[in-house]
Amino acid sequence: METKRLLPIGEAGALPVMKRAGPGRRRAIVTALLLAPSTLWFVALLVMPLVVVLVFSLGERAPAGGYQAGFTFANYLNLPARLTAFTNTLTLAPVGTLLCLVFAYPLAYFLAVKVKRAKLMLLVLVILPFWTSFLLRTYAWIILLSGKGIPSWLAVVGIEGVRLINTPTAVLIGIVYGYLPLMVFPIYVSLERLDKRLLEAAADLYADPIATFRRVTLPLSLPGVVTGCLLVFILLMGEYLIPQLLGGGKVFFIGNALVDLFLQSRNWPFGSAVAIALVVIMIVAVGLATRWAKHQGATREVSLL
Amino acid sequence: MNKREFLYHLRRYQQGSISRRQFLGATGLGVASAVLATELGLRPRRAFAGDIGDRVSLCTWPSYHDPANLEVFTQATGATVEMTVFGSNEEMMAKLQAGAAGYDVLVPTNYTIRDYASQNLIQPLDLAQIPNHDPSAHDTRFTGEGAVDGTVYAVPKDWGTTGYVINSSEVTEGPTTWKEFWDLTQTTHSGRVMVHDYQLTTIGNALKYYGYSFNSIDAAELAKAEELLLAVKPHLFGINSDYKPSMLSGDAIMSICWTGDAVQLRRENAAMQYVLGREGGEIWTDFYAIPADAPNVKGAYALIDYLVTPDINAKEVLFHGYPSTDARTNALLPKELLEDPILYPAAEVLAPLEFGATGLITNEARAELFARFKSA
Repeated sequence: METKRLLPIGEAGALPVMKRAGPGRRRAIVTALLLAPSTLWFVALLVMPLVVVLVFSLGERAPAGGYQAGFTFANYLNLPARLTAFTNTLTLAPVGTLLCLVFAYPLAYFLAVKVKRAKLMLLVLVILPFWTSFLLRTYAWIILLSGKGIPSWLAVVGIEGVRLINTPTAVLIGIVYGYLPLMVFPIYVSLERLDKRLLEAAADLYADPIATFRRVTLPLSLPGVVTGCLLVFILLMGEYLIPQLLGGGKVFFIGNALVDLFLQSRNWPFGSAVAIALVVIMIVAVGLATRWAKHQGATREVSLL
Repeated sequence: MNKREFLYHLRRYQQGSISRRQFLGATGLGVASAVLATELGLRPRRAFAGDIGDRVSLCTWPSYHDPANLEVFTQATGATVEMTVFGSNEEMMAKLQAGAAGYDVLVPTNYTIRDYASQNLIQPLDLAQIPNHDPSAHDTRFTGEGAVDGTVYAVPKDWGTTGYVINSSEVTEGPTTWKEFWDLTQTTHSGRVMVHDYQLTTIGNALKYYGYSFNSIDAAELAKAEELLLAVKPHLFGINSDYKPSMLSGDAIMSICWTGDAVQLRRENAAMQYVLGREGGEIWTDFYAIPADAPNVKGAYALIDYLVTPDINAKEVLFHGYPSTDARTNALLPKELLEDPILYPAAEVLAPLEFGATGLITNEARAELFARFKSA
């Protein structure tokens, strides 16, 4: 009995005792049944559409718009026609992620380390904006950023002629506003878990606050930072709404190019090729980021030892 | 006034589509007008054949229907009107092409109807179910495209022109041509001008800069138009078919504009002036049609029949500011409206205008050109 208890659950069925093979197989069936819904979900809603998009990307635009079967790489060769959308996304998404990080880290640190009372209430306040529609909140920014909003208040104090709405700045403001909570929470969690005794130990070893932060707090919160950055970056790469509403058709993301290709010019094959290109860029970017993070994590562990 | 309507007014107020005064007027008088509306709606003028379901989905353009009229329809029939608005005919067609969009009534523009019909996206109309529509009351010059090869697919709603609106307190040059529109955009008024998020009007009026046809699909002419649009893009304030809020807030001072929007803008600000480029541009008619896969065909007929009834249509015209194609409706409208030069431009500026050409909605060259302009 002692050995059985030590065995991992999955291996229990492998014991050469007929009576025990029953529950083992049952467990395997239960596991399969439990995983079935999510597997079906992924196959039906992720794999299948992706295959459809891949097939479409090799086709041709039907004369009245839409898709027509074909086999051509012309859509991929035409990708440079959307170069600006790609460069816009590939600059504003990382910059937006970085800005979110710069704003979120101190807030997360404050919430996790400094706040003693009413912590729960402050955390609720961070997610409070999620209680109303993202669309409505972004609409509110249209009013705030347009001529009669912030620029008119700046004019009162003598700063004239500021233009915000329909500029990359407006889009970045919207991004930081919209995605800040997604960055705050992972960092908060990793800072919250941080063993405070390590900070005391650092102080005992005559590390000044900056050195403590740099050598202890920051490395230990890195998993949260990486999670937050990936979360925000991935969502930003597919962003459509913020550039649409705050960019006024002048700050164009790949997401906007996609909507245009499917809803306006109705060139589904080219749209599919753009979508595949976006997926590839995303996989490469996220792959590089996780590899970097792992590398960082590994060296930190060594240095901590 | 119900919550939905109140919220509708509130949203329009926030977006700057209506003024505070109008907002208060519309909501404050809500109770009184609702009572009156019920009275009117219950008059035995329209014979709704029994139950038409609890909702009719209307697929139309921004600020194109008086919410009070739709409220009366709901009071009389029990069916709520669910409104979806679009920025371009392309977008509307894309939704229908994708299938099962769930719309009951569509408001397509003249040049798209043949394409909708040939793709079997809209159904032939049974005019017996629209007794309030009288074909003989309409000028066929405006309404002919509702029929495709003798089959009626759409009944006319109203007509209009596409020119541009200027805020004359800031645009003081008194422009009268499309050439001036595009030149001022790139010089004096850089950063304050808007164009439609709509290939037909934006490309069409860029073509007018060179004096080409609004409907051109000639490769060399389109290349010139693209060159102009790409040069203009950095100078634009925005690319959006809902330009009224930006015009009212003062962010934009000039924009490509449709008749009724100019009327609505002038209502808010007397400095708003409507210009029809002397080179020409677009004249159009919008229609009511029923999608082939409409879930509530009965409701669709009831709503169309209600909206084309002359007295209701007259109220619609007073609201949206587009001239009606229906002589019976015009007979009910005030004289100053029928003499308004925005609605009824002088014959010499009207003469060079062109109706959008069949086939433009599905034309790949123009669609791609516009997509390149937007993503540039």
